[in-house]
Amino acid sequence: MRSATARDISAANAAASKPVLDWLFGAAVLAVAGVYVRVIYFTPLELRQGAAQKIYYLHLPSVMGAYLSIAIVAVTSVIYLWLRDERADRLAEAAGEVGLVFMTAVLITGPIWARPIWGTYWTWDARLTLSLFLWFVLAGYSILRGAIEDRAMRARYSAVLGVLAALLIPFIHLSVYLFRTLHPMPIVLKPAEPSLPPEMLTTLLSSLGAFTLLCIALIRGRYRLGLLRDAIAAVDEAEGDRR
Amino acid sequence: MTETAPPGVLSAAWLVARKDLTIEFRTRTAFFSALVFAVLGLCIFYFAWDVTAVSAVDLAPGVLWVILTFSGLLGLQRSFSVEENERAMDALLVAPVDREAIYLGKAIANLLFVAAIQVVAIPALTLFYNLPFGKSFAVMLVIAALAVVGLVAVGTLFSAMAVNTRLAELLLPMLSLPFFVPIVIGAAQSTARILAGRPLAEAWPWLKILIAFDIVFLTACTLAFPYTLEE
Repeated sequence: MRSATARDISAANAAASKPVLDWLFGAAVLAVAGVYVRVIYFTPLELRQGAAQKIYYLHLPSVMGAYLSIAIVAVTSVIYLWLRDERADRLAEAAGEVGLVFMTAVLITGPIWARPIWGTYWTWDARLTLSLFLWFVLAGYSILRGAIEDRAMRARYSAVLGVLAALLIPFIHLSVYLFRTLHPMPIVLKPAEPSLPPEMLTTLLSSLGAFTLLCIALIRGRYRLGLLRDAIAAVDEAEGDRR
Repeated sequence: MTETAPPGVLSAAWLVARKDLTIEFRTRTAFFSALVFAVLGLCIFYFAWDVTAVSAVDLAPGVLWVILTFSGLLGLQRSFSVEENERAMDALLVAPVDREAIYLGKAIANLLFVAAIQVVAIPALTLFYNLPFGKSFAVMLVIAALAVVGLVAVGTLFSAMAVNTRLAELLLPMLSLPFFVPIVIGAAQSTARILAGRPLAEAWPWLKILIAFDIVFLTACTLAFPYTLEE
């Protein structure tokens, strides 16, 4: 058992002195709010889809946030296994959880849009399937983290899962696309990619920026929360030793 | 007394596998329950569909691979939980063998376990669903072999991890099933092509995915396994 009480308590104080959600989070929330004012009042309606299309400015940035988080989990997992740096593990933990939140937003906003436009909430399209399985992988990652008490073991196990999950993504991607493309596809009536008018493009880019900021702010907040939790655990442990 | 050199990786792996298989052979409980589960599952699935609307040949590939995946999980679950008793894992760790060898040994034992279930389940499926395998049975064996290597490679590693968590058995399916997705899709799709009498070329893209999956994950899991052990 460790009994470095003074150091732990000072670490706890240092962690507690930083607020979990700070100016960066505030700025991100303001940016997102600003983007929505623009989305609702200052962005033109799409001709055929009408108001339903505006969910695009929530859906696509959420996808980007989720992918950014997944990339962070993959990279920090490798770094942890290599350097055994606690910070990499804590960052992976934060990004994993934030990624799950963003992926959940993707899976909720997608069907809401799909119902009026496609006429169905869900279809086993390759992209939908991939998103769903990514959600399952992220959920499994969070559940694994919650199921291990020992710090070092939790870090090692989740890093192993993080690396394997990164290897898995191309395989799921390949198999769900192949699943679709081996089926007959429309040849003549291919939906052409509509190019966005400039107002929409500006809205889209600013929503991407705002959501990326939100994603980073949330990961940072979650990282600090992790610091606090570890500090509390260390103090508890030290108290337990003294008794 | 003569000093005996510690065994090489492959012979050490075989020793670990033989130990596990001996335990399984003497008790046979896990094998029989997994086997009964598999055959029972095949039969129950038959009644879950309207057979006059969907022909058994169309139904069979999906049923086979879903059932084999789940019965495989039954075997994988006990792969490391048998080492919990009297902390047998510690004895395994102090043995003068590489940790990769422990993983490979466990994987070989699991491979034979799942393969033995397949040896009964695939003919049972052919019989119950009246499948026209004929000459393509050899291809079916190749698909089965490729799929089982992937299942076992990932499942063995996650079994080692799950056993040390608070959720234990509950965690294994949660971790493994997303990783089994490409295998189940690949194996079921290629089986369906073969059963429909299509040329091998149509199943080939799926077989390539299975081969790539096996290579990538057998390597990655072998390398990752030492990280899952106490240090």
